Amino acid sequence: MGDVSGDDGAVRTTDAAPPVGTRPSGHDPDERGHFGPYGGRFVPEALVAALDELHAEYEKARVDPAFVDELRGLLRDYTGRPSPLTDAPRFGEHAGGARILLKREDLNHTGSHKINNVLGQALLTRRMGKTRVIAETGAGQHGVATATACALFGLDCTVYMGEVDTRRQALNVARMRLLGAEVIPVRTGSATLKDAINEALRDWVTNVADTHYLLGTVAGPHPFPVMVRDFHRVIGLEAREQVLERTGRLPEAVAACVGGGSNAIGAFHAFLDDPGVRLVGLEPGGEGLETGRHGATLTAGSPGALHGAMSYLLQDEDGQTQETHSISAGLDYPGVGPEHSWLKDTGRAEYRTVTDAEAMDAFQLLCRTEGIIPAIESAHALAGALTLGRELGEGAVVLVNLSGRGDKDVDTAARWFGLLPGEDA
Amino acid sequence: MDRLDSLFASCRAERRAALVGYLPAGYPTAADSAALLGEMVAGGCDLVEIGVPYSDPVMDGPTIQSAADTALRAGFRLRDVFSLVESVTTAGGRAVVMTYWNPVHRYGVDAFARDLAAAGGLGVITPDLIPDEAEPWLSASDAHDLDRIFLVSPSSTEQRIAMTTKASRGFVYATAVMGVTGARDQVGSDAPGLVRRTRQHTDLPVGVGLGVRSGAQAAEIAGFADAVIVGSAFVARAGGDQERARSEVRSLAEELAAGVRGQVS
Ligand SMILES: Cc1ncc(COP(=O)(O)O)c(C=O)c1O
Repeated sequence: MGDVSGDDGAVRTTDAAPPVGTRPSGHDPDERGHFGPYGGRFVPEALVAALDELHAEYEKARVDPAFVDELRGLLRDYTGRPSPLTDAPRFGEHAGGARILLKREDLNHTGSHKINNVLGQALLTRRMGKTRVIAETGAGQHGVATATACALFGLDCTVYMGEVDTRRQALNVARMRLLGAEVIPVRTGSATLKDAINEALRDWVTNVADTHYLLGTVAGPHPFPVMVRDFHRVIGLEAREQVLERTGRLPEAVAACVGGGSNAIGAFHAFLDDPGVRLVGLEPGGEGLETGRHGATLTAGSPGALHGAMSYLLQDEDGQTQETHSISAGLDYPGVGPEHSWLKDTGRAEYRTVTDAEAMDAFQLLCRTEGIIPAIESAHALAGALTLGRELGEGAVVLVNLSGRGDKDVDTAARWFGLLPGEDA
Repeated sequence: MDRLDSLFASCRAERRAALVGYLPAGYPTAADSAALLGEMVAGGCDLVEIGVPYSDPVMDGPTIQSAADTALRAGFRLRDVFSLVESVTTAGGRAVVMTYWNPVHRYGVDAFARDLAAAGGLGVITPDLIPDEAEPWLSASDAHDLDRIFLVSPSSTEQRIAMTTKASRGFVYATAVMGVTGARDQVGSDAPGLVRRTRQHTDLPVGVGLGVRSGAQAAEIAGFADAVIVGSAFVARAGGDQERARSEVRSLAEELAAGVRGQVS
């Protein structure tokens, strides 16, 4: 994809190379990583030197043509970018007749958007001369992407994963091991994503000299939120051009699921300066907000410091992190990236919730109407699009970021719908 | 009321290092931790660090993590920390609080400082708050006359050590090894170098922690630092049968107190 050109707003694709989102976007945090009151660095002093090194390296790399070209080449030839934009008319019939356009991050190599960020950080790891990579993973998609990049670059790879998640995403555990990564189940706390991040941070504090922490979302201490966002901006940069090309106009709304917030920020960012485009993040409503069993950080949380940044957070009166629940391992997280907190407070983006049941209905609907099995995370965005479409009415264009594919979720879905042998569907 | 200055002045006069002992508040229960802190003071801890149990303690190894879990499950509430501080000070001891930042942020930084000072607490050690983000705490600690103990690490640059020590008051906490809390067989080899580097930037006392567990290690650290900080080794003795726990905590404090005076058995 290339430059937008022509006075008529039409788009001509100048070449097949995907855009790289590392150029300053006009929406960057202050020099210490603050988006308004959010972000910054709430970390042990022991990590500051590594964060400074990472930040300095990233600032050099983002404007270095050699880095940008190498990343662009990997995105095209290894990931398979640009990812397609797919019309979903049969699905759209259930969305009040809105035109639903799916940004197909599920078709990336390794099956989700996570690879965009991983390749960028893997290149930085090599530039910094570090030989070992650690990562956290929830659904396992970030872990798989990291294990993949480490295999590609010959880096030593350790992935921390909550024990609960190793069970519900067993297929991804096997994929990571096939790729040569060591997967360490984390049994502390709630044994999910938040605890995997704690364990990764403990490892990093101990081994920071030779180890890069390849964080998988737009949370964490500066520079992770801005850097990870930049690596995912390609999603929205491509999609904006594709939607213009396909429909001749901008969408009424962009919908994306929000766990830590990386696929959503990547999808939203290119539209921040388009005031007519509504940006809608879908949080996991779990069993319903009123039950307390959910992961709706922006909807039901309050500001606090977790995992290195100030942001919205699900916490009790004493500032202890609350346990979350979502059927989707990738959204089962009590924190969220600081830029989303800022977008919520400024009103530029809105955040809604989708329950487990609503997500699974949308999951099945996409399977049956379009022949696409989505990740359960992405099914939250699809459920949000069904509601948005009905609100916006016939003909409205809704761009949905289909952040991942559902192979990893077949077991969960089969149980949910009673499709296993010996059960009646 | 005195701050930590007078403590370090008297240790200096005795030509010895101060002994600082850590225990999480509410471990294994609120009442037990009050008694255990009493034993630490009676056994010779010049200062106790009362830890706030937190759900996501990223600087702590398994011993302190599981103690924090136990305390939280036993119903620890943040406000309990003030009564523990009070129990230490009324018994003639000195106390600071060690806490991850979010509980303080949530309570209200100024309210926390106010209530801690009212309970007789002398300051706060902040393992995940760096001076760069500490503006509200700098003003609250000034307003309520509390010491603020920031950490320096073997990976800190000279510039950061200078900035961090400038923001500190009471003493500076030097983490002896890169890593999380937990008793180790050897004192980090980085420790003397870090203390030396820190002293080039400040006249504040420098305390060394992370991994100390024996009188011999305490004596070794006392040879180059102003305070010896012991955590996991106390915590490891604090669980289980409380009669035994109290006596083991007491005897560890005594052994370490001898250690900081250069007396190693
Ligand atoms: C397919 C997919 N979508 C979304 C997410 C949630 O992460 P984020 O909110 O950072 O995009 C995950 C995380 O594992 C994922 O695998």
